[in-house]
Amino acid sequence: MRNIKYSEALSEGLVQAMERDPGIFVTGIAVDYPSGIFGSTTEALRRFGPKRVFDAPAMENALTGIAIGAAAVGKRPVIVHPRNDFMFLAYDMMINLAAKWKYMYGGNAGSVPIVVRAVIGKGWGQGASHSQSLQSTLAHFPGLSVVMPAFPADAKGLTLAALTHGSPVVILEHRSLYDTTGPVPEEAVATPIGKAAVIREGTDITIVATSFMAYEALHAAQALADDGVSAEVVDVRSIRPLDEATILASVRKTGRLIVADTSWELCGFSSEVAALAAEKAFESLKAPVRRIALADCPAPVSHTLEKVFYPGATTIAKAALVMLGRRDSRLGEIDRADHFKGPY
Amino acid sequence: MRAISSFPDPEQPATGRIPPEVEVGLYRNMLRVRNAEETLAALYREKEMRTPTHFGVGQEGVAVGVCEALLPGDVVYTHHRCHTHYLAKGGSLLGLVAELYGREDGCSRGRGGSVHLTDRSVGLMGSSPILGQGVALAVGSALAFKMDGASTVAVSFFGEGTCDEGVVYESFNYASVNKLPVLLVCENNFYATESPLETRQPSGTRLCDRARAFQISAEKVDGNDVAAVYEAAQRALARIRAGEGPQFLECETYRWLEHVGPMFDHELARTYRTREEVEAWMQRCPVKRAGHRLLARGLATQAGLDEWRREVVDEMTAVVAQAKASPWPDPSTLFENVY
Ligand SMILES: Cc1ncc(C[n+]2csc(CCOP(=O)(O)OP(=O)(O)O)c2C)c(N)n1
Ligand SMILES: [Mg+2]
Repeated sequence: MRNIKYSEALSEGLVQAMERDPGIFVTGIAVDYPSGIFGSTTEALRRFGPKRVFDAPAMENALTGIAIGAAAVGKRPVIVHPRNDFMFLAYDMMINLAAKWKYMYGGNAGSVPIVVRAVIGKGWGQGASHSQSLQSTLAHFPGLSVVMPAFPADAKGLTLAALTHGSPVVILEHRSLYDTTGPVPEEAVATPIGKAAVIREGTDITIVATSFMAYEALHAAQALADDGVSAEVVDVRSIRPLDEATILASVRKTGRLIVADTSWELCGFSSEVAALAAEKAFESLKAPVRRIALADCPAPVSHTLEKVFYPGATTIAKAALVMLGRRDSRLGEIDRADHFKGPY
Repeated sequence: MRAISSFPDPEQPATGRIPPEVEVGLYRNMLRVRNAEETLAALYREKEMRTPTHFGVGQEGVAVGVCEALLPGDVVYTHHRCHTHYLAKGGSLLGLVAELYGREDGCSRGRGGSVHLTDRSVGLMGSSPILGQGVALAVGSALAFKMDGASTVAVSFFGEGTCDEGVVYESFNYASVNKLPVLLVCENNFYATESPLETRQPSGTRLCDRARAFQISAEKVDGNDVAAVYEAAQRALARIRAGEGPQFLECETYRWLEHVGPMFDHELARTYRTREEVEAWMQRCPVKRAGHRLLARGLATQAGLDEWRREVVDEMTAVVAQAKASPWPDPSTLFENVY
């Protein structure tokens, strides 16, 4: 299988879905720019033209309602938000309407299968209002599927799945992932929504992670292996629906759980998984569950603060060593250098 | 050439009767803002300021023209492209520069970065980069001023792209129905990021007419003529203080640099606007135009202009050094000010 970039995988998934379904169109700020949302919409524009890939003014609230209205009569709109944070303006439409459409009309009003893509910012001082990660807030609401592809194959696979799904799907894409590469099948292979993936097998400890933190967790697991620790990494992929079975099977196997998420702890995804383990795998746990999340404050800009605000591979690996009582480890900083300087 | 062909189309040009000391003040304030922005943009290329930055080079006339017409107690809200308004209203230069360097002496102590500026001591309430927020905020402060029977005015600076957001019209309507003392200043620079106006608003759109639809009186101004902006702001402020409610100013202007970052678009081979269009607008430089008027009115000599320029350069040089020497925020303070 060839290796391609995350951004290319997103693009390939979109293009293949658009080839099959002429009802798919893509809109949102900057989708038709040469930069094409880090290259993920450029090919779709080239292939299908401005009738199906077109810019939108900054109008997140109405645009989402417009997409829902188009979906109600048979289209499959994809809305792209260059940052998660702008999506807050669309929450009324997404949550009060799209998430509930099928249910509150008793299934008699059809479905509104919109796809909302939004980018999570990180680094270079993007700060309090441009680097939030909204999975927990969205996944709270029944009716919305929320997915977070971490690797190129799932970037493509979840795009394909979202674009054939029977109800609204939110795809959260982490800015740090667009240039990462990995094996991706050339055919249109969907990643099932609601299925986690064990991306590394291990026996000592389970690390359940979302999005960029899955990438960090894998790096941590490799470093831990050098230290004789066998870590299993579960890339959760779907926040809602949540694949409880895969998570619980891993926890029952290793007896230890770290949950690493790209957002905050309180009422957040990491807490959800910790609760799941406490409720359904209590008898297997050999240690308290450890949540790894953002520091409990808005994202600061200054570099000295940003460095301590974001957890990374080092945080995960050290937490694992502590949980395993490995005081003899000499594991130091394992975080990869952060070369990010934009574009945002 | 799209934008410039429709230009100039102001409803009332400058009268040329601005008092000499004000005319000089307008020029010197603009010169200071221009030099600060150009210096920051040049330094930004060193990649030591880690904060996405929207430079306002070319748009100084709007910020300075409006802010010079305000009274000290009036308050200003601004958006992502905010350095011009912050400085024009009298915000601390060290506060700005140190903020961009992420230091403790920054106006937001290095926590906020380029798009979250504040200097309450001069009424620069805050900049917020989520489009449209500042419009509602200014209307809210105006509501408070009216409740207290104060003659204070709240100002919101926002781009024409922000006029695509619904919150703007909810705010217009509310301000109008309640006759609130708010000055709504739209900087029409013809682009939102890389999207030209024609793709976002029906052809022939007059933003002033949108405001008028809410019974807000509105005026279109040549935003690159600081004197015209100043006089239009004065007229609008007089009406506001006379209790006539919100006023809208559309100021046509142009951003010289890329949307976010220190480069010219042509340096990055961007094609959403032509280099010729940018250069034609650079010919309409608001700072040069104000300088020429001072010379023409005999209010300054070329040597005088040069001297003022040296002063702002010296000030900026000293402030940059001071900002770079300012301490980094200590990680132990990460949780300060959360609640
Ligand atoms: C709610 C929201 N949507 C989108 C953005 C992304 N964004 C930042 S600046 C900008 C363009 C704004 O254009 P305009 O208001 O004309 O201001 P200008 O940049 O031209 O000064 C956009 C779309 C945002 N900051 N907030
Ligand atoms: Mg604009």
